[in-house]
Amino acid sequence: MRKKITFGDLASILENYDIVELEDVKIEGDMEVELSQSGAIPPPLIQVLQSMLNEVDKQVEATLSTRKSLIQMLQPVHYVEEKKVAVLERAKFEVAKAAWTGKIEEVTIGATSADGGTRESTVTIGGEKSLPFYNFDFQMPYPPVISVDCFDLPIPLAKAVRGFYEDVMEDPAEWAKKNVREFGADMVTIHLISTDPTIKDTSAKEAAKTVEDVLQAVKVPIVIGGSGNPDKDPAVLEAAAEAAAGERCLIASANLNMDYERIAKAAKDNGHVILSWTQLDINAQKTLNRYLFKLGVPREDIVIDPTTAALGYGLDYAFTNIERMRIAALKGDTDLAFPISCGVTNAWGARESWMKGSPLAEDSDWGPAAYRGPLYEIITGLTLGIAGGDMFMMMHPKAATAVKRVTQMLFGADTDGAKEVNVDDWVTWEANK
Amino acid sequence: MKLSSPMDAWKYLPGTNCKECGEKTCLAFASLLLERNKKLEDCKPLFEPKYASKAKELAELLAPEIREVAIGVGARASKIGGEDIMHRHELTFYDRTSLAYDVWDTMAEPELRERVRRITKWRKFYVGEFLTLDVIAVRSVSSEAKTFARCVKCVAEETDMPLILCSFDAKVLEAGLKEVSDRNPLLYAADKTNWQAIMALAKRYNVPVTLFSLDLDTLNSLATTFAAAGIDDLILDPGTYPTGEGLADTFSRFVRIRRAGIVDGNKSIAYPLMAVPMTAWMTNGNQDALDASYWEAIIADTLILRYADIMILHSIEPHSLITERTLVANIYTDPRRPVSVDPGLREVGSPTDKSPLFITTNFALTYYTVESDLSSSKIDCYLMVVDADGLGVEAAVAGGQLTADMIKDTVASYDAEKKVAHKTLVLPGLAARISGETEDATGWSVLVGPRDSGRIPGWMTDNWPPKTVS
Repeated sequence: MRKKITFGDLASILENYDIVELEDVKIEGDMEVELSQSGAIPPPLIQVLQSMLNEVDKQVEATLSTRKSLIQMLQPVHYVEEKKVAVLERAKFEVAKAAWTGKIEEVTIGATSADGGTRESTVTIGGEKSLPFYNFDFQMPYPPVISVDCFDLPIPLAKAVRGFYEDVMEDPAEWAKKNVREFGADMVTIHLISTDPTIKDTSAKEAAKTVEDVLQAVKVPIVIGGSGNPDKDPAVLEAAAEAAAGERCLIASANLNMDYERIAKAAKDNGHVILSWTQLDINAQKTLNRYLFKLGVPREDIVIDPTTAALGYGLDYAFTNIERMRIAALKGDTDLAFPISCGVTNAWGARESWMKGSPLAEDSDWGPAAYRGPLYEIITGLTLGIAGGDMFMMMHPKAATAVKRVTQMLFGADTDGAKEVNVDDWVTWEANK
Repeated sequence: MKLSSPMDAWKYLPGTNCKECGEKTCLAFASLLLERNKKLEDCKPLFEPKYASKAKELAELLAPEIREVAIGVGARASKIGGEDIMHRHELTFYDRTSLAYDVWDTMAEPELRERVRRITKWRKFYVGEFLTLDVIAVRSVSSEAKTFARCVKCVAEETDMPLILCSFDAKVLEAGLKEVSDRNPLLYAADKTNWQAIMALAKRYNVPVTLFSLDLDTLNSLATTFAAAGIDDLILDPGTYPTGEGLADTFSRFVRIRRAGIVDGNKSIAYPLMAVPMTAWMTNGNQDALDASYWEAIIADTLILRYADIMILHSIEPHSLITERTLVANIYTDPRRPVSVDPGLREVGSPTDKSPLFITTNFALTYYTVESDLSSSKIDCYLMVVDADGLGVEAAVAGGQLTADMIKDTVASYDAEKKVAHKTLVLPGLAARISGETEDATGWSVLVGPRDSGRIPGWMTDNWPPKTVS
């Protein structure tokens, strides 16, 4: 029989030999540990117990690692035997329709002889009961329309745009004609910018004459824009509204920082539609619209312009501002339930649309400006169309055509190309060398 | 995510207010978790063993409605999906749409390498950072395993960007996959005919995989089957028709799939979506490249706005890259980020009392553009930022938020007089119409700068120092 020793004995033996730690020592046998009531463990014993604990940990670790290896070794066998999925689990795709309660006002711009005007065509926008192009919720009633800009004096234009208009820039009537004849504009916007006192200070009377000329030159509905000078615009737009009485033009625009009352009254008295313009501010838009209601402007005579910012220069704000307004309107906010006009020509304010190259040496090559400009205008317009824009004021013919084409397709009118393309063939599509 | 109030998240946190996450209280941290402005990992104590089950539950509750799938490895790895909302103003879109540009295995090697380098190195400065591209899609045009493998190898040697390997043939895909099995590439694609073979590949190599079907029932069935087999790093491609009715239909499917995932909470379809705007090239791309590149950007625009989480494109011409990447940057900007910067008088470089003093507005985009133009051209100057209600110069002049009086007040409040000796302000060209009024109001001389701050260096040559200053 082995001699029975206590930890106390062991500890004093170790102490005798100046041993403070034991390594690779196996202690076999049963163990009885008796602790005194106070619970104090003598320091040498702590050391021994710790060595033992380390040993146990090592063994546990080794066992776990063996277990893991065994599982890994078993894994492929397990997979090949069990996991050959033979059939697709049938799962039908289902999705709920969105339930909107609001409806956007339907607004018609332009009046034919039947309605006391001289237009040969009119445009109607609005009437939506769902987000733009969400025809699976509710078919959009009218596709967006394009109004191509012209100005009452030659203005500095990006090179890519200038080429199209150089021959007509001296004559707004010819300019308007070209927009319709060659560029297929649904509408024309005449911007009376020469009336600005800091530009040419053209009188309201002369400006009204320009509007008459444009109305003579084209038979599509027109938008009449001021210079943006808040002091001069009320007089200019009033004279223009009178000169165009009965034509149901869109008067652009009434704004909180000017005498909007005078403009609203002129529009109302002469049978026009009014553009209610605010700057990226949903509450200001509600306020201005309410002022217009108070002045007795009928709901079907209001279009709103919540401000367009160019791609890269605040487009995110413009997009979200318009989308929020449209969603609020569809949820029942009648202050905001109006068709939306977007001044897409603002895209040419982005330096990428006209600047020859990057001002920053660190940038990769920008390529030709002539390719960038129209695409900036397209992306700015289309983005706002998907947010809720019903009407786009544009400048570059190619951009106008492209936005028209894609919005017609999304609307469901242009079925060109249908589904002839085999869409998965792109993987093996061979590009020209 | 499944939580609606900070209290719901707070219940799972240690509640010790230890401040290790940088917040004063656990409740403050919880509200940031909900806004996705803090990560669960920021709460170190939560990962102690005693909280293990709470940490796990909270992670599940915080998980975005749309699964987040990572592709690639290292610094340029891309996260795809991870969305929680339908419209950006509801919170913010999260993992921006990854833009993948294609290369193909029938390209001659030097051209292939050059194209990969161009995609990898492309960059454009925008609001304080460089935009770059995200992914390279390698297409098997040859349908030969060896050719594809060689191509993938070349691509991998040239770039550290994540890759998509594209073929419907599992053998071809595997040959490519073997070359980059450690780079977590995305497989394209499993469809209703090849899905078993692709599933085996995804399992064997543990890589994410795209499922393709034009039929949404089949797409849902594929996703359900893969998930049941334990593969849930999935991306769904419902097909991208380039024109006409097909395009309208594509738009509708993207919206409806995302709506099913987020609004209806249908987990079986709540995966990231892939769009392929490069189908624009298949109608007449080889006849009119400019037209095709425009149409490709149009499809990209439509589907960046409506729920594509990753897309494959072909044109790498600058006009395509700049517009597509800028749009993604815009739409994925957190709308909670302030629109404006603080007004004040900033120093650019090391200005002296002879340096010009430029004026701009406090719209963040305007300010950062002007500031980066000035500093990148190494122009030492003062930049006076006027509080124009966060509008850009043109809009602020039109709307009356940038006026002569505003400028006068700003000049006075920031002691501009003590900074420069010349008493000359440089107005932005877009504010030219208020230059006279500004001279009258401030008593300073006013110079009208260029309409775009990128042209300040040229303007400086002709106009600075002003003639009146000796």
